Amino acid sequence: MKPLLNSLPETVFTTKVDSLLNWGRASSQWYMLFGLACCAIELMQTGGPRADVDRFGCVPRATPRQSDLMIVAGTLTYKMAKRTKLLYDQMPDPKYVISMGSCSNCGGLFQLAYSVCKGVDKIIPVDVYVPGCPPRPEALTEGLLRIQDKIMRERWLVRQSDGAQESVGA
Amino acid sequence: MEAKGIYARLEQRFPGKVSGLKDAVADPLLMVDAQAIVEVGRFLRDEPELRFEILSDLTALDFPKEEKLQVVYHLYSYTFRHQIVLKVDLSREAACVSTMEGVWKVANWFEREVFDLFGVVFDGHSDLRRILLPEDWEGYPLRKDYVEQEEYDGISTERAPLVEKLLR
Repeated sequence: MKPLLNSLPETVFTTKVDSLLNWGRASSQWYMLFGLACCAIELMQTGGPRADVDRFGCVPRATPRQSDLMIVAGTLTYKMAKRTKLLYDQMPDPKYVISMGSCSNCGGLFQLAYSVCKGVDKIIPVDVYVPGCPPRPEALTEGLLRIQDKIMRERWLVRQSDGAQESVGA
Repeated sequence: MEAKGIYARLEQRFPGKVSGLKDAVADPLLMVDAQAIVEVGRFLRDEPELRFEILSDLTALDFPKEEKLQVVYHLYSYTFRHQIVLKVDLSREAACVSTMEGVWKVANWFEREVFDLFGVVFDGHSDLRRILLPEDWEGYPLRKDYVEQEEYDGISTERAPLVEKLLR
């Protein structure tokens, strides 16, 4: 972390409050255990020992009330869309959303079906889109790192966060 | 028992109610009069030489040109390892047939599914609600003339511009 300057060796750190807050927030992105379809298998792999996003402070939580990050992993049906919105509303601010895989990006392979929602961004705001069908754990990890980049750029004390949306690999 | 034998038994027991046996196909099928379907089902289940213990599937087909909906019953016998398919023709406007719930209890959910996706009303069903789609869904999506709604519950059904272009 760049802004931390070691001015008095071994005793005192000096930094900006914004940077400290962002560093803490970025390094503890707890994501909600929430899988909709086959992307959830890759999501599990991402939490598993090989990709191991625990390295970046990402651990799964079983309730939206303790989560900072929602990873929408899988085909979103209209029936589920309402529940997804409810879960998103239950998460405390600040909250972030990764749309994982073609299905939650735009409906994907199943977008011609009558029952499939054409992208999770029709119901909740998305911070990072991860393409793939399904994306590999590396791709999702990259998505998490992009979320961290975004958090590190935020300025909470003056409230001037840039709302720019990003796409991994775009 | 072969499909011909089953058909012969049914013709003998329900004269004029069964017709159109096709046994040169993988799943031999026959047509049954809509009024008699429950009685035919009960007979097939209870007859000692037939013993169709299980209704393995119940589904439907839509034929808009012929103005009909077809309800299809797939039956199987564990005892004799034989199978038969029953088909019932219904009119498209007033698609209604008696429930098979009293014969095979599994028909409860099958019939809810057919009601959900085709809009076939099963007379006497104990709990005829939608089973897969949300309860406030409009229309029956597996009918050939189904038109997608502009939006569902405030969620637009519009696709990505390129896909919309290809669909047109």
